[in-house]
Amino acid sequence: MVELVEETPRATSIVVELPAWPGHRAGQHVDVRLTAEDGYQAQRSYSIASAPEDPHVVLTVERLEDGEVSPYLVDELRPGDELELRGPVGGYFVWDASTGGPLLLIAGGSGIVPFRAMWRHHRASGSGVQLRLLYSARSLGEVIYRNELRVSGVDVRCALTREWPAKFQGHRGRIDQELLADVTWSPDQGPLTYICGPTAFVEAAAQALVGLGHDPRSVKTERFGPTGA
Amino acid sequence: MDALDGNAIAGALYAHFGTDLTAASGRCRHCGTRAQIAELAVYARAPGVVVRCRACGGVVIVVVEIRGASRVELTHFELA
Amino acid sequence: MSPVSRGFIGRRRPVADPGRVPPGQYLTHDFPVLSAGPTPHTPLEEWSFTIQGAVEEPVSWTWMELLALPSQTVTVDIHCVTKWSKLDTQWRGVSIDTLLDGVDTAAEYVTAWSDGGYTTNLALADMTDGRAWVAYAFGGEPLEPEHGGPARLLVPHLYFWKSAKWVRGLTLTPDDEPGFWETYGYHNHGDPWLEQRYQGD
Repeated sequence: MVELVEETPRATSIVVELPAWPGHRAGQHVDVRLTAEDGYQAQRSYSIASAPEDPHVVLTVERLEDGEVSPYLVDELRPGDELELRGPVGGYFVWDASTGGPLLLIAGGSGIVPFRAMWRHHRASGSGVQLRLLYSARSLGEVIYRNELRVSGVDVRCALTREWPAKFQGHRGRIDQELLADVTWSPDQGPLTYICGPTAFVEAAAQALVGLGHDPRSVKTERFGPTGA
Repeated sequence: MDALDGNAIAGALYAHFGTDLTAASGRCRHCGTRAQIAELAVYARAPGVVVRCRACGGVVIVVVEIRGASRVELTHFELA
Repeated sequence: MSPVSRGFIGRRRPVADPGRVPPGQYLTHDFPVLSAGPTPHTPLEEWSFTIQGAVEEPVSWTWMELLALPSQTVTVDIHCVTKWSKLDTQWRGVSIDTLLDGVDTAAEYVTAWSDGGYTTNLALADMTDGRAWVAYAFGGEPLEPEHGGPARLLVPHLYFWKSAKWVRGLTLTPDDEPGFWETYGYHNHGDPWLEQRYQGD
C-alpha cells in the first residue's frame, strides 16, 4: 500500500501498488481480507475508485461506526503495509465507454465510489456520451471527492439530506421522484442508469425511475450494506 | 433486514467457479422467474449467505464457509 | 497463507472471564441481527405453535393460549457460530417441558420450523429438563421482530442457530433430519463448548 488520502473525516482513499494486477473495468470491486496474528480473519468488499487508465488502483473506504474492517483501513493502515485483495470482481455493475449512454449515475453516500471509476474512465476514454451524476450525502462535509468533482467538470447534482449551508443551491432533503424527473433524460432517449448506495436508497430511487417510465432493464443497481456477522 | 444483491457474492462466485457470474442469467427453480445473479436478493449476515429469488422469496443459492473453504451451492438457480 | 495485517484485531474484546466464553468465541455487548431472509410478520391472531410428527395427535396453541401458560424468566449466555457470545441475556417464555407435558412420543429428534421456511434439528433430549423455551420477551420487553419476535426457540446451551427465530412448531421425528444450515454443512448437534460448528467437528 502506497498512500493514504483522507477524503472526508470518515472516508479515506487507499492507493495500492499491485504487481500482478490484470486491469479492471469501471464499477468492479475487490474483496479485502485482514488476518490477525492469531489467524482471525475478516473480509469485506470495496469498490475500486480508480479508472482502468489510472496508474494505481485506489480503494475508498468509509469508516463504519461498529465496523470490523473499515476502522482498521481508515485509522490503522500505514504506507508500506501489505493488503490482501481478491479481484477485480463484478461484471454486472460495470460501465465501459463502449456501453454508451446517456449515462445517469445515482449515488447515496459511499455509493459514489464505483462512480468515480466510471467518470474518470469516461474522461480518459474521450467518450462523447452525456454523463450526469446525482449524489446524495448527509452533509457537505460527507461529500466524498468534493474537490475533485468541483474541478473535474462532471455534471453533478447534489442532494443533502441532513444539513446544508444556508445558501445551498442543490436539493435539500432526500432524492424524490420530482428531482429525478428533473435530472434524468426522458425514457425515449434511452438513458442507462446506475444506482449505488444503501439498500433503502437504491430501491427508492429505482422505484421512482420506473415510476417515471424508465425500463427496469435500463437501470442497474448495487446495494451496499453490512456483511459478515 | 434489508437484503443486498448478487454483487455482494461476486468474490465467492469467482472463487468457486473461476469466473465472474454477477451478470450471468438464470431461472429460479421455485417459480421460473429469470434474473441475473446481480439482481437476486442476498442476505449476507448469517452463518452463511442466503440468496433468494426476488419474485417468490425462495432460496436459490447458498454460500457457506466451512473451515476456511467457501462452498457455493446453486440450490434452485439454473444458469442459462 | 495470508499475510498478517499489522495491528489488526477486529471487533473482538478481551475476555474477562474465559470460563464463560466457549473456545473461539468473542464477547459482544450489542445484539447482532443475523438472518437468512426477510423478517416475517405473522399477525398474532393468525399465529399458532404446534407440536406434531411422531405423536398421537398434534397439539396446538394460539398466541393467547401460549401467553396463558406458566412462563419462566431466565438469564442465560448465548453463543453464535459466527463467533460472538453475549452473556447474561434475559428472556421470558414457556419451557418446552411445559409444552411437551402430556405429549407421548418415541421420537428422539425434533425439527423446529419457522415462518419463512427456516428449520433446524435438535435431539429431543437437548430440549427437555429445563434447557429450552419458546421465548417471547427479551430484556424485559416483547421480543422484536428482527430478533425473532413474536416468539423464537431458545436453546442457549447450543449454538444460537438452533434457537430458531419466528418459530411456529416442532416436528418430532424418529431420525435426526438436518435442518437448513445443517444441510449446508453445519453440525447436527452444535455444542459450543466442544466447538461443534461444522459436520465432522
